[in-house]
Amino acid sequence: MQFMLLFSRQGKLRLQKWYVPLSDKEKKKITRELVQTVLARKPKMCSFLEWRDLKIVYKRYASLYFCCAIEDQDNELITLEIIHRYVELLDKYFGSVCELDIIFNFEKAYFILDEFLLGGEVQETSKKNVLKAIEQADLLQEKTETMYHSKSFIGFKKAY
Amino acid sequence: APVSGGPRCSVPCPARPGADTTAIMPAVSKGDGMRGLAVFISDIRNCKSKEAEIKRINKELANIRSKFKGDKALDGYSKKKYVCKLLFIFLLGHDIDFGHMEAVNLLSSNKYTEKQIGYLFISVLVNSNSELIRLINNAIKNDLASRNPTFMCLALHCIANVGSREMGEAFAADIPRILVAGDSMDSVKQSAALCLLRLYKASPDLVPMGEWTARVVHLLNDQHMGVVTAAVSLITCLCKKNPDDFKTCVSLAVSRLSRIVSSASTDLQDYTYYFVPAPWLSVKLLRLLQCYPPPEDAAVKGRLVECLETVLNKAQEPPKSKKVQHSNAKNAILFETISLIIHYDSEPNLLVRACNQLGQFLQHRETNLRYLALESMCTLASSEFSHEAVKTHIDTVINALKTERDVSVRQRAADLLYAMCDRSNAKQIVSEMLRYLETADYAIREEIVLKVAILAEKYAVDYSWYVDTILNLIRIAGDYVSEEVWYRVLQIVTNRDDVQGYAAKTVFEALQAPACHENMVKVGGYILGEFGNLIAGDPRSSPPVQFSLLHSKFHLCSVATRALLLSTYIKFINLFPETKATIQGVLRAGSQLRNADVELQQRAVEYLTLSSVASTDVLATVLEEMPPFPERESSILAKLKRKKGPGAGSALDDGRRDPSSNDINGGMEPTPSTVSTPSPSADLLGLRAAPPPAAPPASAGAGNLLVDVFDGPAAQPSLGPTPEEAFLRFVCKNNGVLFENQLLQIGVKSEFRQNLGRMYLFYGNKTSVQFQNFSPTVVHPGDLQTHILSGPAQPPVDGGAQVQQVLNIECLRDFLTPPLLSVRFRYGGAPQALTLKLPVTINKFFQPTEMAAQDFFQRWKQLSLPQQEAQKIFKANHPMDAEVTKAKVRDRGRVCRPMNFVGAGIIQTKALQVGCLLRLEPNAQAQMYRLTLRTSKEPVSRHLCELLAQQF
Repeated sequence: MQFMLLFSRQGKLRLQKWYVPLSDKEKKKITRELVQTVLARKPKMCSFLEWRDLKIVYKRYASLYFCCAIEDQDNELITLEIIHRYVELLDKYFGSVCELDIIFNFEKAYFILDEFLLGGEVQETSKKNVLKAIEQADLLQEKTETMYHSKSFIGFKKAY
Repeated sequence: APVSGGPRCSVPCPARPGADTTAIMPAVSKGDGMRGLAVFISDIRNCKSKEAEIKRINKELANIRSKFKGDKALDGYSKKKYVCKLLFIFLLGHDIDFGHMEAVNLLSSNKYTEKQIGYLFISVLVNSNSELIRLINNAIKNDLASRNPTFMCLALHCIANVGSREMGEAFAADIPRILVAGDSMDSVKQSAALCLLRLYKASPDLVPMGEWTARVVHLLNDQHMGVVTAAVSLITCLCKKNPDDFKTCVSLAVSRLSRIVSSASTDLQDYTYYFVPAPWLSVKLLRLLQCYPPPEDAAVKGRLVECLETVLNKAQEPPKSKKVQHSNAKNAILFETISLIIHYDSEPNLLVRACNQLGQFLQHRETNLRYLALESMCTLASSEFSHEAVKTHIDTVINALKTERDVSVRQRAADLLYAMCDRSNAKQIVSEMLRYLETADYAIREEIVLKVAILAEKYAVDYSWYVDTILNLIRIAGDYVSEEVWYRVLQIVTNRDDVQGYAAKTVFEALQAPACHENMVKVGGYILGEFGNLIAGDPRSSPPVQFSLLHSKFHLCSVATRALLLSTYIKFINLFPETKATIQGVLRAGSQLRNADVELQQRAVEYLTLSSVASTDVLATVLEEMPPFPERESSILAKLKRKKGPGAGSALDDGRRDPSSNDINGGMEPTPSTVSTPSPSADLLGLRAAPPPAAPPASAGAGNLLVDVFDGPAAQPSLGPTPEEAFLRFVCKNNGVLFENQLLQIGVKSEFRQNLGRMYLFYGNKTSVQFQNFSPTVVHPGDLQTHILSGPAQPPVDGGAQVQQVLNIECLRDFLTPPLLSVRFRYGGAPQALTLKLPVTINKFFQPTEMAAQDFFQRWKQLSLPQQEAQKIFKANHPMDAEVTKAKVRDRGRVCRPMNFVGAGIIQTKALQVGCLLRLEPNAQAQMYRLTLRTSKEPVSRHLCELLAQQF
């Protein structure tokens, strides 16, 4: 995989992960172009498209688009499930994830992604193992800081 | 957990209108709360305008800057918070020019989250501030040595995320050790494997292969599925460059795959994904196997075939879940399996089953599956075993072209029609594509036009059909008919006199439409100017009618087209003297003679003068019919490839392996009346700015003859290559310019059959002065016999003249040094001498051998003595174009797979025959090739390897 982008229906970039070296200018150009292309597509359309010499695999979850660029030889369907597994990981970690979680806890979204994908390849597909790594980190944290951990947070979001 | 319903993200919480502008801030985030950060993010989200946002950000930046510069030392938490804010600002798209130092400080914190944020910042922003790299590397080094697996993983993630050369230099040697160390934790191994992969991709030279490679292969046996998953990715990448070092991975991968495929849907616990056992790992293993030929070991092969069959069988079973995740994961494996079957291209039974399976998907309700099935079938269409099976789906594919609602799916359908096209269905496919063109999306029209143009030419049974098709293209989609396409029709009509009359009649009719596309005017103008005489006998298309029809379009056209029409008019004056007065009137009109456009004005003035001063004979010579165009590579095909990117090679493959298609071009040739048949790949040179009609007749001067004989190199700027470069170019070609300086040009034409060859040498005197005592002699080594059949008749060679020499060559036994050509003469009294290597190399006596893949690998194995093999790894000298490479390999034998070109042939000499096998493995990423030759004679292997390595 060459990169992964998460952006909202309004075209706001929420997460970007680049697995190939590119300049900031190129990254911005690619993002602009792709966000436009993907947002212009209709709901029932196919999840894959050719773009430059890459294949784009994307899927929409509620207000967020998850969009991966893969190479010619890569498997489209399994990439679609990479996206889904990532959404499941976020969901499990945040407890019914929504766009706001990713905005306010962007660093966590990056950490989870790093446990799941590294260098553009799947590192660990077991949900349990990925979350174990993340939870361990949170535990390490809680040793040093007393955390206010609110389950009602999730309720708040739902009511909202 | 969203096991049943999928992520509940589908509850459209933030999709409500206004969600983005209302201030919503979670009370605290999970894990480590940084309240200040949450407030800041919330503030940014409340900004009503871009200006307000920038203002708020500047305020924050000023605040952070003062905190960083202040006298009071910041505690770790604050530092983390501010670094995180900076990161957020950067990710919003603003520039950040400070804070790097603070982030680096965080790396050495012993609090996990501080370290973590530090690493995240570095991973995202390090490129813009690399003087800190030494400090960063130091911190990473400490963490790698910490023996704390969480810290080690963080450090490895950072290396993998940055992946720079500096990181590679610092760590590429350590990581393999961590990867194979017995006491490394699983999670550390996983990170180390992928970290190494990233470094290898960035700078392959920095990752040394060593004894660790064997142990990496054995990770395929690891108990931990996550470790295997990471290891397969690494091996797949490394083995492309060193297939032999990793060869043992094939049998390990097969047994791993076999265990997964045959396991029950719950056996693998957390590695089962929606009832599919380890889909990611399966796909990766299948991908890895595609780096190798089919396993040689019969037991391994049997086990693998069993796996592939099981996957195909499972596709027919009812789904274990209705969830799309289940079917996606299952089908991901299925498609990868089909890719492997296509890669092997040796199991007809599996290929046909794959084709049937894809056929089912063509009508599936899931758009994604239809898309992928169309795509995958494109590659199946190029296998001789499945080409016919693919063709049976033609109606479904045509229907897809008509009814699919998604343009990208329709595009796949068009690609597949193109790939499955052959003589038997060309007319149907071309007419469907033409029909589709009328409503096709603008985005893909040009590509469809190119495809139709290529198919029409390639499979034309009669050329009137070809002409009709191209004119239809212009009629339907004139705007998308590029120069390449309409140049090409002119070229073909010019080269084939059996279609010229028909073409003239058809364009004449087409031009009668009240509104016709400018490209039609161009084609019509050119064809009538050349061949209008062929229809002039019919009073309905008499010369004056032809002229007034063309001229009625003149004023609506662009400058380029008008320039072309002016050339047509002067040709008319030659063809039809009765139109002379009218045309001269047109040329003389003020609007032409004083045209503001220089090109038009110049043409009008020159043509008018030419028509007044030149005698009929001179006019007839100057305006003689255009000579046939030389064969060249297709610019249409090249353009299509450019449009489709480098991966398009297979689908657009010119030389499909289907043996029946070999006669396709042959079928176009039999008409004896043709002067020269353009290959489907010819190009028009010089038509771009509508050529002045006075093309130099081929016979004008001996000096020009070279230009006609050697179309390619002669067009290059003179004095290009050095003799050595020129010699190397001839390794893969037989004709061209061997030598050129200010005085002399030496051209070569040669042909070889079995152990015999004939070579024509052309010596062209480029000066206006006579060469005296001109004596070319051939010095031949003992193993090659050359007879000079005819030499230059008279020793002097006149200025501007060309003389020819014919050599007969016989290869007595294998030889390593080429014969030498020594040329001596006197120019203006001064003696001149030069010695050149004649382009006769051992590979010229190669006879390609048709060989099935299995036979190839069997013989490959038989030639396994070390002295029989020669190998070279080298940087690509030319762009890595699969087509070109294939052609070069084909020159010395038979070609097969895209990842790995192989060829086989026999060198014919009088005394003995030498069997040769060749294998070329490109690594596109590194722009490197590995070339291996195995022959039954040691020096031949080495020599061929040296020779051919220069060619790619």
